Amino acid sequence: MTEFRLYMAQRLSALVMAPFVLVHIGVMIYAIQGGLTAAEILGRTQGSVFWFAFYGLFVVAVSIHASIGLRTILGEWAGLRGGARDAVSALIGLGLFAMGATAVWAVTA
Amino acid sequence: MTVTVMRGGPDVPQRPEAFQVPAYDNQTVLDVVSWIQQNTDPTLTYRFACRVGMCGSCAMMVNGVPRWTCRTHVNKVLRNGALEVAPLRNLPVIKDLAADMDPFFDKWVAAEGRHHPTRSRDDDIAPIDPADGDRQTASAGIECINCSICYSACDTVAGNPDYLGPAALQRAWTLFNDAKDESRDAILDAVSGKGGCHSCHSMGSCTTYCPNDLDPLSAIAGLKRATVKRAFGGRK
Amino acid sequence: MRVARAHPLWLAYVLHRLSGLGLSLFLPLHFWVLSYALNDAARLDAFLTLTDIPVVKAAEFGLVFLLAVHFFGGLRLLALEWLPWSAPQKTWAAAAVAGSFLVSTTFLLQAI
Repeated sequence: MTEFRLYMAQRLSALVMAPFVLVHIGVMIYAIQGGLTAAEILGRTQGSVFWFAFYGLFVVAVSIHASIGLRTILGEWAGLRGGARDAVSALIGLGLFAMGATAVWAVTA
Repeated sequence: MTVTVMRGGPDVPQRPEAFQVPAYDNQTVLDVVSWIQQNTDPTLTYRFACRVGMCGSCAMMVNGVPRWTCRTHVNKVLRNGALEVAPLRNLPVIKDLAADMDPFFDKWVAAEGRHHPTRSRDDDIAPIDPADGDRQTASAGIECINCSICYSACDTVAGNPDYLGPAALQRAWTLFNDAKDESRDAILDAVSGKGGCHSCHSMGSCTTYCPNDLDPLSAIAGLKRATVKRAFGGRK
Repeated sequence: MRVARAHPLWLAYVLHRLSGLGLSLFLPLHFWVLSYALNDAARLDAFLTLTDIPVVKAAEFGLVFLLAVHFFGGLRLLALEWLPWSAPQKTWAAAAVAGSFLVSTTFLLQAI
């Protein structure tokens, strides 16, 4: 992927996530009132198409955003270059997506 | 005062060397370096030319900050009777305080930092209104004297060897806004590669340390905007 | 030689980078814990009771802080790159919003 495409993907995923972040923080502030339990969380999210879509899209966006950001850090601070850097970043992106998708499924299925 | 100078280069391992230099009123760091070379160690290598803050040749790291040494008063940078001088960061060292400017100029060219004419000598001169918005944007960046202070200040240059750097990108931006230049696409292509404008993280050290008060940070943001506009079918 | 560089925009850059790094290191842990909801809700509950411990609450606040810093820093960057505002205007705008968010979040978290 060209540098420009990566730049756009990161900026666009950031824009997509902006409202998601606000909603998520809002929900968290609400949810932690009076303690946090699995039952309370699952009562809200289980079987919900809305939360599946919400967190599903969130996971896609963050996997793109974080892997591109980490690619920059790997290059500038860890000295990784070229194909190795791209491969590691792609693996991170896929890993985040896999773990995130599992988590989304776990709380909404 | 104690002046610690970074010596050496590719032939001799780099090491700091301390000199005792008499302190006078109204000394510049260039005065101090010259005093060392003239009175203590004639083998000290350094560069200067105009010594009045116009040419940029005397740029060095002073206490970790890239500065024109002819325009840096000792009393402004002296700390506990000591100061440190080193060659410009992010450039290969030729010897002692002389840095190799080749990578800086190579990147200047790589960013399409050259004029692409629209007319020949046989045509009339193109009329340009100095009050025109684009012309003012271009004019804001043309006073660069290639001293490489911005290049040395930038941590992205330090971390990314492909990064073209603030000076080269600022020059590309001035040409992009020049109505007489006909290669906007070529310029945008040149600054969209591996070390292009999109690698900039807007830390702004370039603008902070430019002795000519230029603003490469905004120029690079302008290039980013232009590449995005182009991708969405905006003006060429 | 140590490079001197602690001016405001540079600090914003470092904060943005470190907060992003911190969040991406936290995220796999977050996903892993939540995935217990699928087959082992009891284990998820065990993890969640940890959130009663004050140190964990402090860490949670730290994470929300990292997210807020990264979020507002990112908006500042988008404004700087894509909007015709002047540089100081953007910095003040971002600082004001970030400050108010921090204050309100602290207040809300205090309420729990």
